[in-house]
Amino acid sequence: MVWVNALIQGVLVGGLYALFATGLSLSFGVMRFVNLAHGDLAVLAAYLVLSWSGVVGGSYWLSMTLVVVVMAGIGYASQRGIFNFTLGADPLPGILASFGIGIVIQNALQEHFTATDKSIRLGSILTRSIKVTDDVSIGWFPLVILLVAVVVLSGLQLFLSFTKLGREFRATADDPKTAQLMGINDKHLYAVAMAIAFGAVALAGFFQGGRTTFAPTSGGLLLLFAFEAVVIGGLGSLWGTLAGGIVLGVTQSLANQQWIGSNSLAGHIVFLAVLAIRPSGLFGARERS
Amino acid sequence: MTHLLTIENLNAGYGDFQALFGLGIHVDRGEIVAIVGANGAGKSTLLRAIVGQVTMTGSIVFDGESLGSIPAHRRVGFGISLVPEGRKLFASLTVEENLLIGGHRTAAGRWNIEAVLDLFPLIRPLLKRQSDKLSGGEQQAIAIGRALMGNPRLLLLDEVSLGLAPVVVKGIYEALPGIVASGATVILVEQDIGVALGAADRVYCMLEGRVSLSGTPAELSREAIAAAYFGVA
Repeated sequence: MVWVNALIQGVLVGGLYALFATGLSLSFGVMRFVNLAHGDLAVLAAYLVLSWSGVVGGSYWLSMTLVVVVMAGIGYASQRGIFNFTLGADPLPGILASFGIGIVIQNALQEHFTATDKSIRLGSILTRSIKVTDDVSIGWFPLVILLVAVVVLSGLQLFLSFTKLGREFRATADDPKTAQLMGINDKHLYAVAMAIAFGAVALAGFFQGGRTTFAPTSGGLLLLFAFEAVVIGGLGSLWGTLAGGIVLGVTQSLANQQWIGSNSLAGHIVFLAVLAIRPSGLFGARERS
Repeated sequence: MTHLLTIENLNAGYGDFQALFGLGIHVDRGEIVAIVGANGAGKSTLLRAIVGQVTMTGSIVFDGESLGSIPAHRRVGFGISLVPEGRKLFASLTVEENLLIGGHRTAAGRWNIEAVLDLFPLIRPLLKRQSDKLSGGEQQAIAIGRALMGNPRLLLLDEVSLGLAPVVVKGIYEALPGIVASGATVILVEQDIGVALGAADRVYCMLEGRVSLSGTPAELSREAIAAAYFGVA
């Protein structure tokens, strides 16, 4: 029964990993752009939720809503103002620019909030759970996170598959020059994708801040988990990203059940194994030639 | 009446590479104008300049409006559609989606999916297929259909016969009168002089980024075209 419990907890935390990975998956899928500041943005969002809760009457959930919207706006602006200029055949300028932004965010947070661990105290939802058996219980908060992740990722996937704008995203991902000929402003579309990415990572940062503690330097590990989820699931597929997050979560949880403290290592090993054996990911489409 | 398209003193290229040198052409409403020339003569660059995808100086005036500062993605709204060399269908989209996206950002008009299917009946059974698994001729018909969905007043065709069997090329060129009848003016770029002369009202021959000869097919002798094409006197 402890194994069943470990499996369930793994699936639940996998939802959070998938939510972290959403923005990376989308920005890589649409514009082949890897944002190394992704984890730091999640941490920034968590701090903003704390800081702004006073403004919205003390509710962290309301504050989170505000932060998600503001972060989406920042995402749009940073794509138009910075990242669009780094796109091209060479991925290095974008990687360097986002790496630099990540460092700026870390240091600014350090300066303003100090290095002390913080957490978002959401109250009773953090401790309440559904007891299934004596060994198995499902926490409400992780369940909410998983459901939000499923809704966000499947919503995005349906948006891409079935809406007019989603079709334009796919066309632009295929061939931005030809998309321009259809009247599509690729620069604007990239910025919309980045707005969604920032919004999703802000949401993930909020959940992470509620689930555990965070500090200005927490972003690196979050980026790594997100990146692993994207690669395990398969680049460019949002369903794959959801599955990748869950595979990563389950791997970590099962490993931790057997050897306490081995969770991160086990995740990295699965990540490397997927890269070595099936680089297109467990669920990704094979790269088109 | 002014020309539909007037290009004067056009210098254009990619980065440091200049492909067009002081080029001038004009196109009237309802015409089919062929641009012929050898590989590297600058034909495709000329079309890319009209749709706004190369750096340029000089003047491009379309229907009285200077296009110089208008970004590429807004030019289809002016009624300019390009069928790019190599078809360039969107591989992740179905055939139907490829057609639909051609009309996303333009006003409704004469062309819709049904009209395109009437023009190219071979597309009809393919609508739900992925576009990257089709023959060259099928892809070319879809690419032209996609451009027509934007209801262009000026349709630019870049090397539509390239890599296609003669019978397929014939089928595509037979669609041109219907396209012109819909109110479109056509500029077609061709390496195949025979095909171009057969279809066009007027011909420009390009050599090394300049117009080396122009006239109606009847006016131009094969020898003159060959000389203008290859640059041998």
